Amino acid sequence: MTELLLGTRKGLFVLEGEPGGPFEVRARAFAGEPVEYAMRDRRSGRVLASVTSPFYGPKVWHTDDPAGDWEQASGIALPEGGEAALERIWVLAAGEADGSIYAGGDPGVLFESRDGGHSFELNRGLWEHPSRPRWQPGGGGLCLHSISTWPGHPERLAVAISAAGVWLSDDGGASWRNGNEGLVARYLPDDAPSDQIALCVHRLHRAPTRPERMFMQFHGGVYRSDDAGKSWQNIAEGLPSDFGFPLAIDPADPDSAYVIPLTADTDRVTPDCRVRVYETRDAGASWSARGGGLPQEHAYLTILREAFDWTGEGERLGLYFGATSGDVFGSADAGRSWSTLATRLPPVLSVAAS
Amino acid sequence: MAIVRLRGPLKRLAGERSEHAVEGATVIELMRALESEHPAADGWILDERGAIRRHINVFVNGELGGADTAVAADDRVDVLPAISGG
Repeated sequence: MTELLLGTRKGLFVLEGEPGGPFEVRARAFAGEPVEYAMRDRRSGRVLASVTSPFYGPKVWHTDDPAGDWEQASGIALPEGGEAALERIWVLAAGEADGSIYAGGDPGVLFESRDGGHSFELNRGLWEHPSRPRWQPGGGGLCLHSISTWPGHPERLAVAISAAGVWLSDDGGASWRNGNEGLVARYLPDDAPSDQIALCVHRLHRAPTRPERMFMQFHGGVYRSDDAGKSWQNIAEGLPSDFGFPLAIDPADPDSAYVIPLTADTDRVTPDCRVRVYETRDAGASWSARGGGLPQEHAYLTILREAFDWTGEGERLGLYFGATSGDVFGSADAGRSWSTLATRLPPVLSVAAS
Repeated sequence: MAIVRLRGPLKRLAGERSEHAVEGATVIELMRALESEHPAADGWILDERGAIRRHINVFVNGELGGADTAVAADDRVDVLPAISGG
């Protein structure tokens, strides 16, 4: 059984189904409220959700049963009396240490829980980084949207912020350095300083079997790093567009990545009126379209950065994504064939599969 | 003391009571005192800067007020979500 936790503009939807078969809505929670992201911690079985009430502000909630009662996590707030307020929690991710859960949000902030999501603390190293006054928000705000852990090494972390680039830590988040070498921002002047950090990363993932390898969807460009995020090379040649938001990988294959291109930053819909996922199995040297079963005419979909996830690996890799149209698609065979799992949901903000 | 009236989730977080007698001379003082007396509601009305959240409206005797609006004993203060959203 595969479970999909869908964060939508109007609540959390829990879908269940067998890979390759039909899926059904098993539960809905936080009806009417924007749910940015939800995840099930595979270690504890607990589900966490970030909910941004337009009235009462961003909160993180947890439960053992998404159809039951939820409890609010404590500590999801910026220091009181400052000049900033927390706008949103964009993403939640399990850490490597026991009970560790990370939460990333706007304005470019990282929280960590050490008790499985009951309570969180602000990461001071990133919050107080000397370069913070120069950080600029992207269109969606100053969002920390990607958190990449390093298997077996809880002290090694990479996070990505739109539009403040990639940040790397080797000491569990006590200190941070940027990892932006090789990224080219077409929205900056050619003579912008080389230490420019106004870099609009859209999504970041690490290959778990070769952790120094990372893939990135950028605001104009798809990149690969072979040195743990220190430097990047563009691998977008062969794609119909180098603009897009989400990214997925096959955890068994460090040469694999999947992207869902959009036409351009000025036209954020799937190119050529059809929906296609692009796959590389040679670390970005070439890309192949995977569209069997996806809408191939009059389809103008937008897939957001957190709305693409996977389960399993290799031949049994399951891929799942949702669109702002409220459609959800899945593949049980590593992208070779696809089916529609849900339609007419609220705009899908995030997908987490388990 | 003024009477602060709550609905919906704020009422639930404040002990399932809709009416609360709260000490304070201004709206912001009342809101601080209310959140302090009911820790479960901490951060739901005021953000980290100490400001009333953008889409929360506070009415004093039926008139929309602001953080510095004066409040007298026996005034009725309603805390309501604004007409907004999508």
